[in-house]
Amino acid sequence: MDELFYREYILEHYRNPHNYGRLENPDLSYEDDNPLCGDRIRVELRVGGGRITDIRFEGKGCAISQASTSMLTDTVKGMTLEETLRLGKDDVLENLGTENISAARIKCATLGLKVLKEAALGGMPQAWPDEEGQRR
Amino acid sequence: MTAGISRITDSEVERIRADFPILATRTSKGKPLVYLDSAATSQKPRAVIDALSRYYESYNANIHRGVYEIAERATEAFEGARARIASFLNAEREEIIFTRNATEAINLVCHSWALTNVRAGDAILVTRLEHHSNIVPWQLLAEKTGAELRFLELDGNGRVVLDDLETKLQGVKLVAIAHASNMLGTIVPLQQVIPAAHAAGALVLVDGAQAAPHFPVDVKALDVDFYAVSGHKMLGPTGIGTLYGKRSLLEAMPPFLAGGDMIRRVTYEHTTFNELPWKFEAGTSDIAGAIGLGAAVDYLQGLGMPWVREHEIALTSYALERLADVPHLSLYGPKRAEERGGVIAFTLGDAHPHDIASILDSEGVCIRAGHHCTMPLHDLLGLTATARASFYIYNTYADVDALVEALEKAARIFKL
Repeated sequence: MDELFYREYILEHYRNPHNYGRLENPDLSYEDDNPLCGDRIRVELRVGGGRITDIRFEGKGCAISQASTSMLTDTVKGMTLEETLRLGKDDVLENLGTENISAARIKCATLGLKVLKEAALGGMPQAWPDEEGQRR
Repeated sequence: MTAGISRITDSEVERIRADFPILATRTSKGKPLVYLDSAATSQKPRAVIDALSRYYESYNANIHRGVYEIAERATEAFEGARARIASFLNAEREEIIFTRNATEAINLVCHSWALTNVRAGDAILVTRLEHHSNIVPWQLLAEKTGAELRFLELDGNGRVVLDDLETKLQGVKLVAIAHASNMLGTIVPLQQVIPAAHAAGALVLVDGAQAAPHFPVDVKALDVDFYAVSGHKMLGPTGIGTLYGKRSLLEAMPPFLAGGDMIRRVTYEHTTFNELPWKFEAGTSDIAGAIGLGAAVDYLQGLGMPWVREHEIALTSYALERLADVPHLSLYGPKRAEERGGVIAFTLGDAHPHDIASILDSEGVCIRAGHHCTMPLHDLLGLTATARASFYIYNTYADVDALVEALEKAARIFKL
């Protein structure tokens, strides 16, 4: 999985993340961490007509967690909240450009998605299970 | 190279390496295993692995009750292991209690001694470099009793500041302190702390998880009251550790866990407890684990703990020297190998420690990345995480070279 680090765009997103920072009065937000490694991510959403019109994230962590969140923010701009809830691990790995990631690092790769979904759930009429059928 | 380094020869270490089957294996990428995570858990020599299988294959039986031959053999081996550990720490046999690990040993003191003796208004003194296992039990105790949790500070090189020790000791019932830090490597000068604590009327519990495997420990010479040891960090199996406690203290303490083996006589109404050390060993112990730890202690005694320390100083000073030359690498902890154990935490530019560890892994180099169960210490140092390499008896200068090469590769990949 070390070949991931050779991909220029991973480092590029790590050093210059897209949609980084905070929104003024976001409609939805969520923050969580991976207590095992201390990675932390906050996602803030502006929503209009059920769609994500703007998004920002802030975080600390490894290149994989930060780059995958940065790419994810590009992916979900314009999506409906429901559409973001249907995103899964495969979408994150597709963004990163790999199918092969160690079990220890998959949590890094999907932390941003987990936080985004929690933020989106805050805007749903009722709690919405993710694709594994789990609330979290 | 410094003068100390040449005293440990490669052939000595090669002989040791031949005793560790895992060191002959390769990673899935065909790389030789460069194991630099012994502060998390050590590898196991053939003698320990064999002691476990010998017990299970030829005399597996419960201890302290069977009257048949293999049960007596099991009891002898279990109690023999206790005697070996006692001699390793210069303690009496009755003063060595088997626990699951150092964490459980600390919790035993917390629940048995501290809950009985610590009251609102008393203080517990720890340092800023403690592992979570020597902070969290005391936080819970402080909540339960209303006692205060107080800290000894660190200087810029990660050494414990002792200038204000006497002031800090006022009202302290217990000093709970690491012998060696699992993150900074710092060796704490217990010979200064313990007499001062006793003079102030406090007892001292030492977390020896990173010390007992690495240098000679003499609990009598230290005059320490409680000393916690983890078996799996000193060549033993996981699931076994020990608590040393002064006999007079252990005798006065109430039991920790209750059940079988720790009793003398039980009626439906009342129980009298077994004598030391069994009063603190409820239920069937990890018999195989204890026997394995006994074999581990034999192995270390065979090398001699002064040699173990000498090898570690040589390797650590070589590593500190080589790592200091790696661009963008920051080292934490005391500067001199003599002041630290074989643990080196570092960061590399803006590359996250987990990414460094992943890149090193692809070269077969195993290091730890994260907060190493010292989150408050990382906060204090303004770090979210560090990478950590740690050494033991089977590590060579070539391992340090492999570490440095892999770090240079990581720096190239991260374009530092």
